[in-house]
Amino acid sequence: MTAAAETLPRRATISFAWVRRHVLTVYAALALLYLFLPIAIVILFSFNNPAGRFNYTWQGFTLKNWENPLGYPGLSSAIKVSLEIAILSSLVATALGTLIALALVRYGFRGRGLVNLLIFMPMTTPEVVMGASLLALFVGWGVQLGFVTIFIAHVLFNISYVVVTVKARLVGFDRHLEEAAMDLGANEWTTFWKVTLPLIMPGILAAGLLAFALSVDDFVITYFNSGATTTFPLFVWGAARVAVPAQINVIGTTIFVVAVGAMLANIMIQNTRARRSASPA
Amino acid sequence: MLFPGLAWLGIFFLVPMYYLGKTSLERGLFPLFAFQWAWSNFHDALSLYGTQFGRSFEYAGVATAIALVVSYPLAYWIAFRGGRWKNLFLLLVIAPFFVTYLIRTLAWQTILSDDGFVANTLRQLGILGADGRLLATSVAVVAGITYNFLPFMVLPLYVSLEQIDVRLLEAAQDLFASRWRAFLRVTLPLSLPGVFAGTLLTFIPAAGDFINAQLLGTPRQYMIGNVIQSQFLAIRDYPTAAALSFVLMGIILAGVLVYARLLGTERLTGG
Repeated sequence: MTAAAETLPRRATISFAWVRRHVLTVYAALALLYLFLPIAIVILFSFNNPAGRFNYTWQGFTLKNWENPLGYPGLSSAIKVSLEIAILSSLVATALGTLIALALVRYGFRGRGLVNLLIFMPMTTPEVVMGASLLALFVGWGVQLGFVTIFIAHVLFNISYVVVTVKARLVGFDRHLEEAAMDLGANEWTTFWKVTLPLIMPGILAAGLLAFALSVDDFVITYFNSGATTTFPLFVWGAARVAVPAQINVIGTTIFVVAVGAMLANIMIQNTRARRSASPA
Repeated sequence: MLFPGLAWLGIFFLVPMYYLGKTSLERGLFPLFAFQWAWSNFHDALSLYGTQFGRSFEYAGVATAIALVVSYPLAYWIAFRGGRWKNLFLLLVIAPFFVTYLIRTLAWQTILSDDGFVANTLRQLGILGADGRLLATSVAVVAGITYNFLPFMVLPLYVSLEQIDVRLLEAAQDLFASRWRAFLRVTLPLSLPGVFAGTLLTFIPAAGDFINAQLLGTPRQYMIGNVIQSQFLAIRDYPTAAALSFVLMGIILAGVLVYARLLGTERLTGG
């Protein structure tokens, strides 16, 4: 593209391209700045020394919020519940969703359109409606709200995302590899474990991580179906009405640093690998 | 293979919808409701809460439009100028959203607060009156909604822009199309699927949201999500809440279908 611009004969066109490229870059930089502004506030205020119950205005630097963030009453148990539900629900949703994705891509069966619709529907349903309908179900069945109902809800909203993510990976899958394995005497089961699964593993992992992230962050659906159980977002919600402790910022900052660190590491590894495979061995 | 997953979706998505529908036609006071084909619930819900419905779609529409304006150039820049660092820039876009939704919204409370930097600057510039506020206004709520659903806009836009074959643009320029014209006739039409997906993925959660109105607004900014939430969880008028939920879902479904048709035909004629 750059080459094409440089071969254009008129100088005016080149300088116009130059200006435009920089306008775009400035715009993109501003957009990124906008995205990070609230995060900067979250991190900054984790070092704030709030005078009252609320952590809204800057009072002075302190490290005390970082000393024992989990010591704040109720916070550690809320985080524990969030992590447990995220791990369990992402595992179950990933297993169920991967099976659906495999079936959808592999087998032509009647009613595929309906199955696709059933997977698409939860993604286009507003969260309040989904939360409310689940509550209507649990009330109708007389089910006690709590850990189990949150778990059920999280698996539900995660399945669709898993199906979509794994399907994307499966579409570019070369079936000849499986046929080759079968020709070499592997049965279907062995072929699946030794060939299919390793090849689609990146898609499954990505889906699992997405499900985990969605689960940890979910507030609305959980709020409707939690009963007396408190997850981390529910804890923040409760705190927002009474008092927002700076420890919440500490936890927010920690989640951010861990998630970004993990993703950065992943990108670095991929880049190194790409460079290594690009250079002649 | 399909059975376990579909069973989960059936039991916990379709069956609840049946219960929600049944509840919406019930009458009575908590906890005693009786099924009565009470269609009047729908009529009452719409006449009582029409304002909040209108406001939800207004806020969601404005937020989606702003998100598109912010996201398109950013996605474009990453897709065409990102080079080797595309993934890194993409990470930068998603990274802020690893801070819990509610914490991000609370951060906006701080940013827009009455004695905050933004409000003070706007007052000094005379844009905001001497006792003008940002927090607790519709501006704050729309700002919060726009920010909170931004990745849903950026990612589909990026995916569709990234897939565009650069040779098509070079061909357009070889045929003496200006850069702007090449953009309008080649890039933009090819990125429409991303625009379609992005606006839907932003608009739907935005229309059903109640957190931003609750944390950044006042009851005068409440959206339909706030009403459904309080009818269900505080007032416990399940039938009204269920009727409201159904209307919201119905409007969104109808909107999605119309929108799909509009954009579909536009692509046929304009592409």
